[in-house]
Amino acid sequence: MAIIRVENLNYQYPNSDTQAIDNVSFEIQAGDWVAIVGHNGSGKSTLAKLLIGLMAADSGKITIDGQELTPETVWQIREKVGMVFQNPDNQFVGATVADDVAFGMENRSVDRDTMVTKVDQALAQVGMLDYKNREPANLSGGQKQRVALAGIIAIAPKILILDEATSMLDPRGRQEILSVIQDLKQQLNLTVLSITHDIDEAANADRLVVIDDGRFVEEATPKELFSHGQQLVEMGLDVPLPEKLKDALQQRHVAIPQSYLDERGLADWLRTSRLNK
Amino acid sequence: MATDITFEQVNYWYQAGTPFAVQALKDINLAITPGSFTAVVGQTGSGKSTMIQHLNALLKPSSGTVKIGDRVITNETKNKHLKPLRKKVGMVFQFPENQLFEETVIKDIAFGPQNFGVSEADALVLAKRMAQEVGLDESLLNRSPFDLSGGQMRRVAIAGVLALEPEVLVLDEPTAGLDPRGRLEVMQLVTRLREEQGLTIILITHQMDDVANYADHVIVMGHGEVIKQGSPREIFSDPEWLEAHQLGLPAATQFAYKLQQDGFQFDSMPLTVEELADQLAPQLAKEGIDHE
Repeated sequence: MAIIRVENLNYQYPNSDTQAIDNVSFEIQAGDWVAIVGHNGSGKSTLAKLLIGLMAADSGKITIDGQELTPETVWQIREKVGMVFQNPDNQFVGATVADDVAFGMENRSVDRDTMVTKVDQALAQVGMLDYKNREPANLSGGQKQRVALAGIIAIAPKILILDEATSMLDPRGRQEILSVIQDLKQQLNLTVLSITHDIDEAANADRLVVIDDGRFVEEATPKELFSHGQQLVEMGLDVPLPEKLKDALQQRHVAIPQSYLDERGLADWLRTSRLNK
Repeated sequence: MATDITFEQVNYWYQAGTPFAVQALKDINLAITPGSFTAVVGQTGSGKSTMIQHLNALLKPSSGTVKIGDRVITNETKNKHLKPLRKKVGMVFQFPENQLFEETVIKDIAFGPQNFGVSEADALVLAKRMAQEVGLDESLLNRSPFDLSGGQMRRVAIAGVLALEPEVLVLDEPTAGLDPRGRLEVMQLVTRLREEQGLTIILITHQMDDVANYADHVIVMGHGEVIKQGSPREIFSDPEWLEAHQLGLPAATQFAYKLQQDGFQFDSMPLTVEELADQLAPQLAKEGIDHE
């Protein structure tokens, strides 16, 4: 079942002479992890804001969990969607870390005992329980982002939208968050929509949707897309190490396979080539 | 005069004197030489951001001494007369585009110098030069900074700091949130500023590939302390130590360590894809040889 359906969506910013979103259509199935990729300015973040009704599309239709997004349904739809933005400083309200995580639940009239338990659980899941009573302002960027994610986890939405949400984390922090999201996705049949430049985050997705100049370009699995090599940079993604190394080896007249290999695949191939020398 | 920066036994507490007091810096000793490119790495929460705020006295040490050129900053230092220091050490914070506020790009870049007493006319000339320096197209200068893309806004913010004509440029994760092309452009800009203008660069980053490609000195922080210092090659020569401190390796180095276990030989561990390919190629079968 499609939990998110976007049909012929259009949006143009006031004072701009080009379409930020140009006739975009796609579907996301419940329980899928879909990453929207595209370079800076391609329209990815605009799309995310339209999806949760932060801005209204000029035309087209957005259906979330069977409900069409309209000014009347926007609050019901937001109950089902948790969103973590790129910059954590723009999403803090609480005086302490725990207060901040509780904020979303307070808005949903969760009783106090449940709230206390859920705050601890959510903070433990993002590795921030030790910081429960600290002021959010004194946390580093990565820690703030983990707290923001805990606030979302605590509400247990159906859909999680990550708008460049891991871009501030160190590589290990990013891996931890991504694995937390993988676990939650399994447990809660969560649908994840991530907007990202990060190749690791994109590799976690079931499918990738490429957006450029506000237009839908293609939809592919990570493996299919990663075989595009240098073109990935135009799509706002980095080139995976095995593809970079294959290029560099080819320039040194090493006969390398054309198809996409992940690190393990390339290591296997290199070992064989070495033994055949 | 060239600006040396040294830290001697610097300690810093947040919320000092309250039950929530947290020691963010512990006995920091370090030296940054003029014209060097220093990378500061460490896990989230290791004290990196607190440390760099001491580089232009935005924070003063709770104890110990920070020397910036001929200025000595201690806990006793008054906030007066710190202005020349702030001009000398330019600071580009995380997401600097959030600090843009003027009506036009050119006015935003010119704001800093005017704040330091430069006339409006001179500041605008300077701003135009800095816009060019960071690669902003002239057609953008009279647009609102808020109409620009994320990468362009970041360049406006960097140009605003450069307009102060600093000797030291401190950048806190300047490429966070930019796409790979934008990241490369910012790093090339930083490299050029160092090579052409002799700026001292201090870069906070999580990108070990950037450390390998650009830095000549690395400061590793952990739990508020400097836990290791050295050249990138020295720092990345001990993968077990890095793993134990939850730090990564450059992608090429990490892959090389895996290949080493498969029997490949490396004279010195490669830090970049090019170095890796140089050392691998002689160990592999050449084109035209069928090895199926």
